[in-house]
Amino acid sequence: MEDHFSSMRFLLISALIVMVGVIITSMVGMAIKEELKGMAKPTLIFLLLFTATGKLFSFVQFIGFFGPLIGIILGFDAINRERVSRTLTKLVSQPIYRDSIINAKFLSGVTIIAVVFVAIVLLISGLGLRLIGVVPGSEEVSRLIIYIIISLLYISFWLGISILFSVIFRSTATSALAALALWIFFSFFVSLGAGVIADAAAPIGGAQVDPEVVVKHGEIQRTISLFSPMNLYSEATSTILDPMRKTTSSIILMGPLERISLSRFQNPLPLMQSLFIVIPHLISIVAITLLCFGVCYLIFMRQEIRTI
Amino acid sequence: MVGQNIIEVEGLTKKYGDQIAVNNLTLQIREGEVFGFLGPNGAGKTTTLLMLLGLTEPTSGKATVIGIDPTRNSFFVKEKIGFLPENVGFYDDMNARQNLQYVARLNRIPDEVSRQRIDYWLNLVGLLEEVEKKVGTYSKGMRQRLGIAEVMIKEPKLIFLDEPTIGLDPDGTNRMLDLIHSLSREKNITIFLSSHLLDQVQRICDRVGIMIKGDLVAMGPIVELAKKKLGIDKEHYTLEEIYMKYFKEA
Repeated sequence: MEDHFSSMRFLLISALIVMVGVIITSMVGMAIKEELKGMAKPTLIFLLLFTATGKLFSFVQFIGFFGPLIGIILGFDAINRERVSRTLTKLVSQPIYRDSIINAKFLSGVTIIAVVFVAIVLLISGLGLRLIGVVPGSEEVSRLIIYIIISLLYISFWLGISILFSVIFRSTATSALAALALWIFFSFFVSLGAGVIADAAAPIGGAQVDPEVVVKHGEIQRTISLFSPMNLYSEATSTILDPMRKTTSSIILMGPLERISLSRFQNPLPLMQSLFIVIPHLISIVAITLLCFGVCYLIFMRQEIRTI
Repeated sequence: MVGQNIIEVEGLTKKYGDQIAVNNLTLQIREGEVFGFLGPNGAGKTTTLLMLLGLTEPTSGKATVIGIDPTRNSFFVKEKIGFLPENVGFYDDMNARQNLQYVARLNRIPDEVSRQRIDYWLNLVGLLEEVEKKVGTYSKGMRQRLGIAEVMIKEPKLIFLDEPTIGLDPDGTNRMLDLIHSLSREKNITIFLSSHLLDQVQRICDRVGIMIKGDLVAMGPIVELAKKKLGIDKEHYTLEEIYMKYFKEA
């Protein structure tokens, strides 16, 4: 863990995130200030700091996209760097259990991520308090805490992936590239591919559009894109942070009841209801994180010492 | 000097797939002796060491190290004995003291105790002046001596050294051998070292075992082996001659 804090790349990445966070917040903060003028009683304004898109993207979108990179950077050479410098043989010949090595790698990574992430969120909140002068209520705070937990799980998943690659591949460069390739695949190609497959399966086009086909198109696209942890994460967090969102599905896929309720009730959803909506997403994220670490653990424990 | 058996190995066999790395190995090491485990590269020396440490499981056979079965209870064996792997690695961005401190903590040695031991052993291996330098700047000989200090931090009764002099220059080799010799004579530590460099082993070992292609072809004091293989009349033998004779027969 000491290792992580003092390493150069860790400083670089946290500096980058702090910088972007601060810039986004100040931009959003000023925009909100303008809008707030003349409004009688704003609801849950504080969360807008994280979700409002500003000029480029919101903080939540930014973490959804670059969060994986933090995980990858912290984990891609966890095991194979020790292997290359021959310290792994030394470690396993000390009186410690072999699983404590891999557990320590994972846990120290998670701790670092947690510390950094909480710090950034607090920093942005503080900045937001100064800029817009709205004190967050208890519901906003609890929504933020849930958001932090989901984000931690999500980044830990990527940490797990990169540690897994560092166990499998002997060269640090290979494992870094493999993890990055997976990241790019999930962030660009899955949503791209989802569109293509949906087009092929249920083509929309021509003058007459059959509503059924449109629905089918939307369904296929959504199902496929949910294979990407990135989409899971962004749907979950945007629902949690934006109480006005009442479902994770797009307008097209809503049933008639949902549509009625959406237009009828313009009030924000209570926290528990938001949570209910994203529970499947949450469970999926926890499951893939655990699965990933489990596979990693098994492979590491079964590796023959000569290959270590 | 000759004490009880500290290592007993019976019929130890290790197969990797069809390949036999160690074949039906039986040997005893007595307390306090320096045992040289000889053989060409790939003869199964390191595999044997790893099995004695419990780091890899034997296919069949039984070993007892300081009264413990390493396959069943690797944790306690690793706690009690020292192992210096071939080309030992260090954390290059830490200095010598930090490296040793880290290993001491992994061995659950309290910091107050380990601080004294670190100074003592660094002094003994002649690295006390270089203690503040990062290990990345060390020469091969210095790293190897630091390795000895690291192994001795937990003050074991028995140490395994895997090719301790490999890649060292003549001066470094001599210092290393003297160090190993003094550990045995002054601290009465049992030393089990593997090597393919024969003249060095000859200098410091009480007994040797010669291993070729997984089989232990000879074992005993060098003088006895010389008698058996080269005839008594020859006064100036070298281990190399004995070794080559065995090697050709195998």
